[in-house]
Amino acid sequence: MATAEERPVQAGIRDRAELLAKLMIVPAIAYIVAMIGFPFLMAIFYSVSDATTGDPTLRIIGFQNYAAILSDPVFRLALKNTFFFAFVSQALVIVFSRILAASLMQEFRGKWLARFLVMLPWTAPIALGTIGWLWILDSIFSPIDWILRNAGLLGTPGALLGPETNMYWLGRSGLAMASVIFVHVWRLLPLATVIQLAGLSSIPRDLLESAEIDGAAGWRRAVEITIPLTLPIIGIAFLFGLIFTFTDMAVVYVLTRGGPVHSTQVLSTWTFFKGIQGGDLAQGAAISLFLFPVLAGVATLMLRLARRTEVV
Amino acid sequence: MGGIRKIAARGGLYTVVTIFAFFGAFPFYWMVIATFKTDHDLFSPLNNPFLFNEPATLDHLKLLLFETHFLTYLWNTFLVGAAVVVITLAMAVPAAYSLARWAGSWGEALGIGIFLTYLVPPTILFIPLSRFASQMGLQESLWSLILIYPTFTIPFCTWLLMGFFKTVPKDIEEQAMVDGLSRLGAMVRVVLPLSISGLLTIVVFAFTLTMHEFIYALTFISVSVKKTVSIGVPTELVRGDVFQWGPLMAGALIASIPVAVVYTFFLDRFIAGFTMGAIK
Repeated sequence: MATAEERPVQAGIRDRAELLAKLMIVPAIAYIVAMIGFPFLMAIFYSVSDATTGDPTLRIIGFQNYAAILSDPVFRLALKNTFFFAFVSQALVIVFSRILAASLMQEFRGKWLARFLVMLPWTAPIALGTIGWLWILDSIFSPIDWILRNAGLLGTPGALLGPETNMYWLGRSGLAMASVIFVHVWRLLPLATVIQLAGLSSIPRDLLESAEIDGAAGWRRAVEITIPLTLPIIGIAFLFGLIFTFTDMAVVYVLTRGGPVHSTQVLSTWTFFKGIQGGDLAQGAAISLFLFPVLAGVATLMLRLARRTEVV
Repeated sequence: MGGIRKIAARGGLYTVVTIFAFFGAFPFYWMVIATFKTDHDLFSPLNNPFLFNEPATLDHLKLLLFETHFLTYLWNTFLVGAAVVVITLAMAVPAAYSLARWAGSWGEALGIGIFLTYLVPPTILFIPLSRFASQMGLQESLWSLILIYPTFTIPFCTWLLMGFFKTVPKDIEEQAMVDGLSRLGAMVRVVLPLSISGLLTIVVFAFTLTMHEFIYALTFISVSVKKTVSIGVPTELVRGDVFQWGPLMAGALIASIPVAVVYTFFLDRFIAGFTMGAIK
């Protein structure tokens, strides 16, 4: 009890909570400002300048870059693809993750192994997982093609999928788009599943039990109780998936590099090809910033949803 | 009737889980197959790709380990990961503690603000950051990655740790101070040991995120011996236009599985942090 009186004597810096609190947070804030805040502002400056890798001095030229990229058909295609890939893949992810989460809610033998395998696409490095798909979707040695050929669906005159011996999954624009969406679904299904699992386990047990006593069948229980109750969390899973697909570059880069003929080009890869490989810093920055308002909107929505679930 | 229905439900459950497990793991299974197949077997379109038509071989593994820079990539990844973990701990622990304990109403708001910077994607930052790196002479250097990777580890880890620190009862700290420890002493000697699982989570998370990272590494590093696994394997094991599928798959497999195993143990905590405490 004597410490209370001693405190003023030894009230060095170690005891001054207010000051300590500020000192301890300064390094992190300083780092974030220097390495995220400042580069972000630089990106905005670049986007209204004429900087290139060869001549990176900042001369402000106004909104010409935005005008230039907007009239570029590749950019417009990339913009469309970015939204198309993200929304289609996440719509699928929500449906599948819901089914998977409902299954994983139950106890069964070998659950730990099932969980490990199901989570692999998320826990393994994305570029490496995608490399696996690149080999599976190979233009000649795809095992999918082999199955189709042996099922008589491919490779013979009059076969359902055509007389050629291969599907060329990544070589035809429609199939390449489907492949990219497929790999995004594969990649983000685990994340959404874990989120939905948490949502399902947060439903009070007695609520489910009373529904059971009332005789509500499985699907009716889902429609009337669990889905409405977990809607905010389903929303969070969806929005997170959107952010990850909007900003991901590895899947498209590894699978198709945006091809064939830009048909799978998205904003992130187009930024890379223009801004880094092409050396046009200004246009690259302008392309990358196009997504920012969308991301900010998604993040705001997510915060709102997170608040709402806390109330439940 | 009830019995049959139960069996059917059980069968349905196993079917669903098996399909999803197969879907998730198939690329990795396919890597295993390619790793041990001879080239001749691998590249014969008529062979059943699911079977070993010729005896298994270790040639791909040997080539990967002894004739490529694969081990260097692993080492580079480890170096970068370890350094990023240290930097992240040094910055995120004090910041999170400060936000969780001493900050008044601004703590929560600032915490959310820090977390939101995690959502600023690398695709926006990599152009200015690549200019930084070249101005500081860090291009083609692992230091550029060490300096830049905390942009995604610090915001997230601070947020995650803040949650952990809040679960340590304030009484314990106050008791320690009554017993004569200073404020700082109470944090270091009492709160940190109690949050050891939280700190471990941060270590694992910072390391796995570093290993997963692709965009920055691809942008900053093009010299083969400086690459990390996640870009070295997809970009270097291709000679000209020829993919060396055997070693390529072996490399992807070896680099993926250990990190996936570790990550799986901590998955629930990451997701709870991700969703900003919306789920617990």
